[in-house]
Amino acid sequence: MLHIKCPHCGLRSQNEFSYGGDATVKRPELGKEISDKDWDNFVYNRKSLRGKHWELWQHLSGCRQWIKVQRDTATHEIFKTLKANEEIS
Amino acid sequence: MTQSFRLESGGLINRDKKISFKFNGKNYFGYEGDTLASALIANGVHLIGRSFKYHRPRGFFGAGVDEPYAIVQLYRNGETEPNIKATEQELFEGLEAKSVNCWPSVNFDVGAINNFLKIFLPAGFYYKTFMWPKSFWYKIYEPFIRRAAGLGTASIKHDKERYEHKYEYCDLLITGSGPSGLASAYSAAKNGAKVILAEDKSRFGGTLLTSEVNIGNQSGKEWADSIISELKEMPNVTVKNRSQVFGYYDHNMLVMSERISDHLPKTKKFHPKQRLWYIRAKEVLISSGSIERPIVFGNNDTPGVMLSSAAKEYLKVYGVLVGKKPLVFTNNDSGYETAIEFKKNGIDPIILDTRKEPKSEIIEEAQNMNINIKNSYVVVAAQGYKKVKSADVAKISDNKEELGSIENIECDCICVSGFWTPTIHLASQSGNKTKFNEDIDAFVPSISKQNEKTLGAANGIYTLEETLKDSFEKGNLLSKKITNNENKVSFPNVVEKKSTVHDKFWCVPLPKGKSYKRFLDFQNDVAVSDIEIALKEGYRSIEHVKRYTTLGMATDQGKTSNLNGLQLVSKIENKVVPAVGHTTFRPPYSPVSIGAIVGREIGKHSKPTRKSPIHSWHEKNNAVFVDAGVWLRPRYYKRGEENLFEASKREAKNVRTNVGVCDVTTLGKIDIKGPDAAELLNRVYTNAWLKLPVGKARYGVMLREDGIVMDDGTTTRISENHYHMTTTTAQAANVLSHLEYYLQLVWPELNVNVVSTTEQWAGAAIAGPKSRELLKKLFPKSDVTNEGLPFMGYMEGDLFGVKAKIFRISFSGELAYEVNVESDNGYFMWEKIIEAGEEFGIQPYGTEALSTLRIEMGHVAGSELDGRTIPYDNSLEGLLSKKKDFIGKRSLSRKAFAAEDRQKIVGVVPLDKKTSIPEGSHLVKDSNAPLPNPKLGYISASCWSVEYDNPFSLAILKDGKNMIGEKLFVMSPLKNKVIPVEIVSSHYVDPKGERVRS
Repeated sequence: MLHIKCPHCGLRSQNEFSYGGDATVKRPELGKEISDKDWDNFVYNRKSLRGKHWELWQHLSGCRQWIKVQRDTATHEIFKTLKANEEIS
Repeated sequence: MTQSFRLESGGLINRDKKISFKFNGKNYFGYEGDTLASALIANGVHLIGRSFKYHRPRGFFGAGVDEPYAIVQLYRNGETEPNIKATEQELFEGLEAKSVNCWPSVNFDVGAINNFLKIFLPAGFYYKTFMWPKSFWYKIYEPFIRRAAGLGTASIKHDKERYEHKYEYCDLLITGSGPSGLASAYSAAKNGAKVILAEDKSRFGGTLLTSEVNIGNQSGKEWADSIISELKEMPNVTVKNRSQVFGYYDHNMLVMSERISDHLPKTKKFHPKQRLWYIRAKEVLISSGSIERPIVFGNNDTPGVMLSSAAKEYLKVYGVLVGKKPLVFTNNDSGYETAIEFKKNGIDPIILDTRKEPKSEIIEEAQNMNINIKNSYVVVAAQGYKKVKSADVAKISDNKEELGSIENIECDCICVSGFWTPTIHLASQSGNKTKFNEDIDAFVPSISKQNEKTLGAANGIYTLEETLKDSFEKGNLLSKKITNNENKVSFPNVVEKKSTVHDKFWCVPLPKGKSYKRFLDFQNDVAVSDIEIALKEGYRSIEHVKRYTTLGMATDQGKTSNLNGLQLVSKIENKVVPAVGHTTFRPPYSPVSIGAIVGREIGKHSKPTRKSPIHSWHEKNNAVFVDAGVWLRPRYYKRGEENLFEASKREAKNVRTNVGVCDVTTLGKIDIKGPDAAELLNRVYTNAWLKLPVGKARYGVMLREDGIVMDDGTTTRISENHYHMTTTTAQAANVLSHLEYYLQLVWPELNVNVVSTTEQWAGAAIAGPKSRELLKKLFPKSDVTNEGLPFMGYMEGDLFGVKAKIFRISFSGELAYEVNVESDNGYFMWEKIIEAGEEFGIQPYGTEALSTLRIEMGHVAGSELDGRTIPYDNSLEGLLSKKKDFIGKRSLSRKAFAAEDRQKIVGVVPLDKKTSIPEGSHLVKDSNAPLPNPKLGYISASCWSVEYDNPFSLAILKDGKNMIGEKLFVMSPLKNKVIPVEIVSSHYVDPKGERVRS
């Protein structure tokens, strides 16, 4: 079970969180023209990375905040966690 | 009955307390402190089971967790449990155990014919033989193999025992209470660290209980006892026996199973049987010791052949002789220690040492005791079938390849020592890159991935002094780092006998003309010849060899067999052992009961049970409940002898003719506040929300980004910047997360707050033509006329002094209202509604009637919004705004979603107007078409229409728009039904929606 550092609450066990997918995906702006391909990339196409990956988690049974977590998908090492409004650098 | 193999005195058992037990129906007794194994051996019982494949007789091989043979079916307090190691099971009064894997009895076993057919049962036999014909597998091969193999029978009864889970955090977790565990725990505890010390066995001390050493002028055991009692007194230390740390997971999370009651005849009141600990440790010190390796020779699986360390443990801990004419076969000094113990107790052992001229303190002691030592000697084969009767021995050449002439020595047990294998399971599970240590011919931990360190014998350190020094130091250093506190303990004076190097010899060659089975894996009957076949057939990777031959598989996970298997593969392949590599160590280290893993999350406890504040009223009024997500909801209210069908029909009919009331507390409710609340709704829902006036409700549908319908519900504008959203019961949590996702990550500029208020409000739906009359009585001061409170209107009211929210919304399709009050007033509200409704013929209705009402109205619910349908499919396309963008809108223009013959919701009526249609059935054009019959759609929901008094269903049907009036067939292979049906509009009742507006 992972140990995830919520930027609001501190280190908590994985079972308080729920996974929310790739954190680098940006939702296209509302009302803007977008090609089928770009839309498909936003909705469906994800890289199944081996290695460092920025992903979203929600601290569901805690502060309910969505957070960004940089995790190695192969080793489960967590390098960094960010608040929702902090940019991935 | 006398215990002919029990010594007069000695051991750590309590001889004042006799314990009687049964094995294979026969009565025996042992003493408090015995294991089932030690008590059986004391009684001269050596035959305990039959082997897995050849059904060869099985005795005892070890004295603890490493035991590959002695697996029994245990009976305790009316329950039975398979896969119990006799060497681990502590004796309790009334214990009953039976042999497994034998029929009709362990002494006469029909399956033993396999032993004589063994030439036909080589590696991969099952894979090769039972493949064809394919149809034979289910009916013939599998049942036969299952009966022939297997290690006991799982009980099919409900387990009455209780199991618990516990979460714990600590600075240092130390796994094993041998010398390294005790020393490291002690120095860490002295520095003030929070320490958990876990010991698998009932007794603390590990090898200190059986070795002849002195620490600080105390015997090993005395020293262990004094350290343990001091640790137990320290508030920062948790000391646990009968507790095995069996798994090392991510981020230093380890799992430990504590056997609290397994050693007792009956679990004490309020005690669990076992407890599973999830331990998050800052640092882990692995002090799991080592396991003795066997030497491979002919018939080395005969009962009476066992590890020399086990023989010593039976002697020193239990006062039990494993034999009276022991032969010790060793390649190192450990065998001598066992022989010395025998000699001290008046038994004359013979030592066969593979080494030519070994010299050490221990060997000298044995010589001084006049023990018969034969150097450069090996056991070629054990003789005897159900018990060792003698051993064929021979001198071996210096290059260890040539055997001298065979001599036969009478003996009743052969104690084998092939040196020691560090127990690296936990380290390996943690991700540690292990390395091969040439000095000890075994793998040891090397580069850590997580915060773990391995100590003592588990790290390949076999002298006590070195182990203690290293462990005191590591415990001190690691804890100092955490607590910033140092309280150094002085290192005690250690006295131990020096030993000399071991011989790398591990397998006795076959004498000319003999074909003895030489076993590597004792649990799975894997012999040297099996590995040879696997390699000949082209298996190279050790992982493949393992799976093909079953080497190192099953419950003992190769604790005694792995290294010898690797030695053999490396010898045949002409590689060094590290080049062959070891198979992956996976948790659990040894079997864990399913009960412990499940814990208390079973039956009713597998999820929380949520009840509405009106629940007790429902109970009192004969409600039959149904699980709706985590909620319990009334399904129907039983009157007299009514069944579900009759009751729900009555309730639904009453809504259509009079008035009914339904508890809708479980609906998800989300409070939405903020100046941008309308903008949020406008983006989340598919229809327009910016112009909804205060005091009005609107029905809305929300999509996922992929265009699939996520949920529906009504949202009401309570005041300028305040909305009350309702969701379906099932989707409440997901919708809240969904809103939070967009507010926090996508549109943080929106100034809106959302919070779940599901539990804060109790709700009652009042539906039926007489509902307005009832409402007038409930809220005499409010104007609830069609003008004062029109369809989709909202007002606040005063319900006999209680503040209420009144929504004119309808799920049933009738004139209807929903009244919400604060949860604490829910019961009061309900009683008032029932009381006031009496004169209008009010009846409560449950979820079944609710379903009937919505189905015949064609209102969609969870069975249509099933994660596969878009708005069009549910005839909700009228709610898609063309003027604005919303979540998921772009996806709807994808080709498949815009297809001309896209699936759409329709109504389905059986032609005979009598046959009920099973939900989940398929719709086909031709019921006699060859399989696979093309499926046109599926039945999503079925009811008995109370309006027309015939069955009616909703279906999602291909090209549904053009199918109205078509005749199709409903097919349910599951219920073996074929029903001719007609497709009609999904709005079966009141298609214009006049009633809700009346």
